[in-house]
Amino acid sequence: MKDVFHIGGKELTSRLFLGTGKYSSNQMIPSIMEASGAQVVTVAMRRVDTDFEEENILNHIPAHCVIMPNTSGARNAREAVRIARLARAAGCGDWIKIEVISDNRYLLPDNYETIKATETLAAEGFKVFPYMSPDLMVAKELEKAGAAAVMPLGAPIGSNRGLKTKELIRILIEEISLPIIVDAGIGKPSEAAEAMEMGAAAVLVNTAVATARDPVVMARAFGLAVQAGRAAFLAGPGATRRYASASSPLTGFLRED
Amino acid sequence: MSFYQKYLRYRDFDFNEFFNSVTVAEVGRILDKHRLSELDYLALLSPAAEDLLEEIAQRAHRLTVQHFGRTILLYTPMYLANYCVNRCVYCGFAAHNQIKREKLTLEEVEAEARVIAATGLKHILILTGESRHHSPVSYIRDCVKVLKKYFTSISIEIYPLEEAEYGELIAAGVDGLTLYQEVYNEEVYGQLHLAGPKRDYLWRLEAPERACRAGIRTVNVGALLGLHDWRSEAFFTGLHANYLQNRYTDVEVSISPPRMRPHVGGFPPRVVVSDKNLVQYILAFRLFMPRGGITLSTRESATLRDRLLPLGITKMSAGSCTAVGGRVKGEEPVGQFDISDDRDVRAMVSMLYKQGYQPVFKDWQTLD
Repeated sequence: MKDVFHIGGKELTSRLFLGTGKYSSNQMIPSIMEASGAQVVTVAMRRVDTDFEEENILNHIPAHCVIMPNTSGARNAREAVRIARLARAAGCGDWIKIEVISDNRYLLPDNYETIKATETLAAEGFKVFPYMSPDLMVAKELEKAGAAAVMPLGAPIGSNRGLKTKELIRILIEEISLPIIVDAGIGKPSEAAEAMEMGAAAVLVNTAVATARDPVVMARAFGLAVQAGRAAFLAGPGATRRYASASSPLTGFLRED
Repeated sequence: MSFYQKYLRYRDFDFNEFFNSVTVAEVGRILDKHRLSELDYLALLSPAAEDLLEEIAQRAHRLTVQHFGRTILLYTPMYLANYCVNRCVYCGFAAHNQIKREKLTLEEVEAEARVIAATGLKHILILTGESRHHSPVSYIRDCVKVLKKYFTSISIEIYPLEEAEYGELIAAGVDGLTLYQEVYNEEVYGQLHLAGPKRDYLWRLEAPERACRAGIRTVNVGALLGLHDWRSEAFFTGLHANYLQNRYTDVEVSISPPRMRPHVGGFPPRVVVSDKNLVQYILAFRLFMPRGGITLSTRESATLRDRLLPLGITKMSAGSCTAVGGRVKGEEPVGQFDISDDRDVRAMVSMLYKQGYQPVFKDWQTLD
């Protein structure tokens, strides 16, 4: 069975999205993308420098990749909307990842401002990917506002602490019809696999790859883990049981005839 | 409540007694904590912590890579004017120093901007002395308008302003403020600032907060190392940064640890701050505020800057010049202090890549 990922008007075969921050050189990006198989790459508009060919990160992204510019640095909906428009004007396409952060200590997203920015940008025809703190009511609002997906955090950005918000993400997967893309906090390939097994549509990873001792090998590991987790989800894992099936302490009598 | 109340809480604190009570074991325990208290930070600044410097450095390095990646933001200072009414005993621009006073015309600002922009830099820090007559807010605003054509981020390092004046400059395109308290100890502050508006300790102390209230994006505070006991000054600088971060959560807060450099006035440092002391300060601050920025200027030598890089630095100046119009005027004007690392942008970039760091030229862009 061919597992095509339809999202934001594109058809993808990989469910791993990668970030571009924190690398020791932008020159590494093509080999990271190749090793991981990722087709979507997020880029902070604040870092895009179109005046400087050598250092312009956009020049290092392979042509087949989908660029998902993000609004890193936005402190409210107004700034996020402006950055999104700049991204479109710079030729970065219609995809936009909304990051509205007014907390510089933990970098937790501001859900309220994120909803506002999503409403405005979706109405302007953007494919909006909002980064959010996992909360069911907020996810429903984002769905209503016209988001293309919902991107809950697994743990604070850059923390590499794994799926700390697992139960909340599980609820979003069950209740929201949009693709749920786990963003932020994933520190190990096993955690990416776990998110995919749960039914996440994709995962986005940056710090765990960029700060690994060997980023290229780690990128490959994440690519494999996401494939494995997705395959397991599609295969439908066997049900787990608390008791060995031989023992039915409460209903066993029904079989005694 | 302002940072002054926080300062008063520790003003009469017996730092020596505290330092004498800190043990190496206690420092080791602090290294395992996620979130450090104010006194944990002070313990990391203690002489006892010197025994664990390598362990602290390992942790500081890991935290920095985790939060900032292997990247360093580059910027350069541009001196607009050196007229000054203050008499700060340690400063080359002090009113009583017989130096050539000048300020750049808008054409000269543009000429300097072109030279700097050609190096690829996008973040600029503009400086003036304190003279509301020669370099008023309106002049600075006009300069900002010119600079906006060349740079995507403009920070100011000027005399303290009213909140509304900060708002005016922010509206014109300024997004960052650098303002050093110079010395947090209020008594010593009085001894070193002999005349001029800068004598007003409180007005200066509360200026970064006024800028935060006006909506500034980044704030950089610092104490000039060499004016007073560095351990307590480093402590107050960290407390100041932490205070601002707690109250203004969306502001990017950073510190600088500038050490005194030779200059025209010839004021020798009152306290010698060794390389080891400087390292300890950088490391302790990194553990106290894992996401706080640390700016390292060209006051330090090229060799030392290269070594400090992995310990927690997030921002470095390049191609610096501390004289007014120094980049386009032929003669050798007098700078505020002598710079120690005179590498140009290209040399800094190749050093960073060699050390496995990405030079970041642009990390923000004005949204208007």
